[in-house]
Amino acid sequence: MNFLIGAFKPACNISITFSDGKTRKQVPMKKENGQTVMVPLFQSQENIAGKISIEPFQGKKIEHNGVKVELLGQIEMFFDRGNFYDFTSLVRELDVPGEIYERKTYPFEFSTVEMPYESYNGVNVRLRYVLKVTISRNYGANIMEYQDFVVRNYSPPPSINNSIKMEVGIEDCLHIEFEYNKSKYHLKDVIIGKIYFLLVRIKIKNMDLEIRRRESTGSGANTHVETETLAKFELMDGAPVRGESIPIRLFLSPYELTPTHRNINNKFSVKYYLNLVLVDEEDRRYFKQQEITIYRLQES
Amino acid sequence: MMLNGAEDEEKWLAEGIAGIQHNAFYMHQALDSNNLREALKYSALMLSELRTSKLSPHKYYELYMRAFDELRKLEMFFKDESKHGVSVVDLYELVQHAGNILPRLYLLCTVGSVYIKSKEAPAKEVLKDLVEMCRGVQHPIRGLFLRSYLAQISRDKLPDIGSEFEGDAETVMDAVEFVLQNFTEMNKLWVRLQHQGPGTVREKREKERNELRDLVGKNLHVLSQIEGVDLGMYKETVLPRILEQVVNCKDDLAQYYLMDCIIQVFPDEYHLQTLETLLGACPQLQPTVDIKTVLSRLMDRLSNYAASSPDVLPEFLQVEAFAKLSKAIGKVIEAQIDMPAVGAITLYVSLLTFTLRVHPDRLDYVDQVLGACDKKLSTIPKLGDSRATKQVVALLSAPLEKYNDIVTALRLSNYPRVMDHLDNGTNKVMAMVIIQSIMKNNSCISTADKVEVLFELLKGLIKDMDGADVYELDEEDFKEEQNSVARLIHMLYNDEPEEMLKIICTVRKHTMAGGPKRLPYTVPSLAFSALRLVRRLQGQEGDIIGEEVPATPKKIFQLLTQIIESLSIVPAPELALRLYLQCAEAANDCDLEHVAYEFFTQAFVLYEEEIADSKSQVTAIHLIIGTLQRMSVFGVENRDTLTHKATGYSARLLKKPDQCRAVYACSHLFWVDDQDGLKDGERVLLCLKRALRIANAAQQMANVARGSSGPVTLFVEILNKYLYFFEKGNPQITSAAIQDLIELIKTEMQSDSATPDTASDAFLASTLRYIQFQKQKGGVMGEKFESIKL
Repeated sequence: MNFLIGAFKPACNISITFSDGKTRKQVPMKKENGQTVMVPLFQSQENIAGKISIEPFQGKKIEHNGVKVELLGQIEMFFDRGNFYDFTSLVRELDVPGEIYERKTYPFEFSTVEMPYESYNGVNVRLRYVLKVTISRNYGANIMEYQDFVVRNYSPPPSINNSIKMEVGIEDCLHIEFEYNKSKYHLKDVIIGKIYFLLVRIKIKNMDLEIRRRESTGSGANTHVETETLAKFELMDGAPVRGESIPIRLFLSPYELTPTHRNINNKFSVKYYLNLVLVDEEDRRYFKQQEITIYRLQES
Repeated sequence: MMLNGAEDEEKWLAEGIAGIQHNAFYMHQALDSNNLREALKYSALMLSELRTSKLSPHKYYELYMRAFDELRKLEMFFKDESKHGVSVVDLYELVQHAGNILPRLYLLCTVGSVYIKSKEAPAKEVLKDLVEMCRGVQHPIRGLFLRSYLAQISRDKLPDIGSEFEGDAETVMDAVEFVLQNFTEMNKLWVRLQHQGPGTVREKREKERNELRDLVGKNLHVLSQIEGVDLGMYKETVLPRILEQVVNCKDDLAQYYLMDCIIQVFPDEYHLQTLETLLGACPQLQPTVDIKTVLSRLMDRLSNYAASSPDVLPEFLQVEAFAKLSKAIGKVIEAQIDMPAVGAITLYVSLLTFTLRVHPDRLDYVDQVLGACDKKLSTIPKLGDSRATKQVVALLSAPLEKYNDIVTALRLSNYPRVMDHLDNGTNKVMAMVIIQSIMKNNSCISTADKVEVLFELLKGLIKDMDGADVYELDEEDFKEEQNSVARLIHMLYNDEPEEMLKIICTVRKHTMAGGPKRLPYTVPSLAFSALRLVRRLQGQEGDIIGEEVPATPKKIFQLLTQIIESLSIVPAPELALRLYLQCAEAANDCDLEHVAYEFFTQAFVLYEEEIADSKSQVTAIHLIIGTLQRMSVFGVENRDTLTHKATGYSARLLKKPDQCRAVYACSHLFWVDDQDGLKDGERVLLCLKRALRIANAAQQMANVARGSSGPVTLFVEILNKYLYFFEKGNPQITSAAIQDLIELIKTEMQSDSATPDTASDAFLASTLRYIQFQKQKGGVMGEKFESIKL
């Protein structure tokens, strides 16, 4: 086996380490093969610095036309798998063409990198950041190594955050007024609100609040929309009568939410909705959907 | 689904229990291994079994209790932070992540309980949050049980005065507010249960709701247990809020139960001080609510309270309890137009009971109640309802029982008016109750006015009522009734002759209206009552001087004549005759010769004209003879006339033996064994001889008719008379005559035609033995008898 490894493996071992790798926060990331790995977490405008060491195996030498490291921000559409669209691409040349005989270490630094978009792993689209080390060779394929990392961008609490208040109904059948305390919630937020029954002529069985995520990818004729229900939270059991008001308190933390993404690089959008669903005894559903904005709050 | 019956329900319950046990098992495992996440997961799954809609409240309760027990274990686990490492604050959030509301809220309450215990947040905040969040369950049964769970876990954690959870300011208010809110919501759910499902199962619904009522009522009990709820707070907050909910829920079942609950759980003095508020709610209740029972219970409680200690009585006066109750009852009756008569009357009965117990001295109150009842009854055409009638009887009996004295009741002006509303039958029953009360208590009615009122009350017994069915009468009952009236007449008594006379006149006025059926019962009583007065007057006659004395024996005798004459319409000649004789005797004792003579005349007239039956004649003549014998007032002439009459009648009796006996009885008329009595030995002998002749004739007739002479009894009887007068020293009766008679008897007995008769043999034998005995006694009598040779 060792022999085989030696034969097919790249001729060297490339490792990428971050200079603050020991202290930097690591977050789980799901890889394409389904495995979850821990990767470092960055945000926009941060310096991304570290070292890259190249160690040839068994005293082999590596002849190369140069070594470089790239920082790539990529969007991958799943219907167009394998094709990455790079919206960010920074390069650092590490070495001029030559040969490497023994372990060699290159420091690198991308300072105040603009990373406007967050990493995102959706149903039909993925946005990722990666460091890519390339050893260019004349013969044979280039030797490449990737290091994923995750970007999250934080926002301050919005200066304007109105509540959502609305009266809806079906004439002579059902009139309700509902209120969510905000229109913008951060990821660990709590939705507080209430539903006030103005008129009830149907036999309601229960009422749920759903959190739905709408991911739309592509544009024009190629637009794909994927909607997922991330949360189904029962608000009420049984039939209320007129004048009853039902409290809402929904903690967002248990759900795997991301911030709202609007038109990311003209490639995709991720939007969140609160869907209030009333089910009557004949299992008919009456619902009203309201968009909410989700943001990542700067942790203090 | 509802129609599948009990069997299916059992199955569902079994499934539910199995589900709980299954998940509880894994929950226990998680608890043992301090695995919070698993514990939450399995407890939520376990609680999901409570989401069923298939069970009746009864079965649901069973399920709930299972879950309840398990939740206790979970609570213990939550309490021990060292086991799960999560602060109670975080835990409080964590359980709210559960997607299903029912398990979520059960868990929230459970953690909430721990949260309050930890004192990391003020109890009131947590309680407020819990009670508010529970609104999410609007299903009646599930909601009720959830809130009942909340009430259960919070009971010992209310921020009451003196409780360890007491906060800074206004803290009791928070506790009260919490319980009140939970109560209000529970009641709403409970009421809503009525309107669930199809209308056809209304009855079943009501039954089910009844099973759940204590869940709601428990809240009121908790309120009453809160130390900080003093009178002020009860008055200002607690009661108005409860009543608001009670009135607004517009559900008869709930209103009835809750009103009753309020009355039962809160202290009496609170009720007393908030009577106005409490009673004010009554007219606002649904017309179908059984307010009478509610109010009755209230009044019961209050009267018990009043009875508990004399110290509380001033309180009653201070708050004018009676006036308020009375007003409230009036309003309720006014408001509930459809209330059946029985309801209204029951209310009055309760009020009356209350009055009698709390204000026994206020007869005017009692009268007021009766007056109100009378007013109500006047608006109803006729009491047809037997229950209503019963209540009226209860109403009327209450004062009698309380005062044990009809005299007090007679002062109640509205009493007879209420009684008038009774139908004839019941009226009589009531009258009997009154009489029995008088008898039992031996109450003496001592003025004519009272007698007047009393007889007004008893008129059902005294005379035929309009429209009364004649045939409805049971002979036995009638007899008993009239006997009671007769007994009653003897209870009317006054030491003052004048007043007594008035009483007699009053009684007479009423009894005379009684008709032929009643007179035979009432007249004797009345007559004897009058005679009693005569006797009393006779004793003190000497003292009474002057003309103004209205009650003279003469006057009374006039009255008596009239009274006895009234019997003629019956007719009851024998009775009248007896009474005349009684009167005559009384007149004799009063030394009123003319009066006595008049009575005798009446008696003889009756004898001649009315008494036709021979047996009655015999009795009557003996009575006449007996009475006449004792008369001392008559002068010779009058006496002769009367004696002559009596002897004449005796001899004209139909049967010979009767003739014989009457005649020998007449002999006594001529021999009064007194100091200065009449002693006409000759006529005595004449009578006896005549008797003997008749006895002989009787024997002969018997011989002719039957071929054998009758027994010699008559002779022996006459022999005894002979002996009597012999002994008394009648010179006309000689020993020879006696010897002859004995001889005669013996001959008769030995004759062929004599019928042997042991009775007369024995009679003779003992008569002879008596003679023997007198002989042996010696002395004057012995000597006298010695002359009789046997």
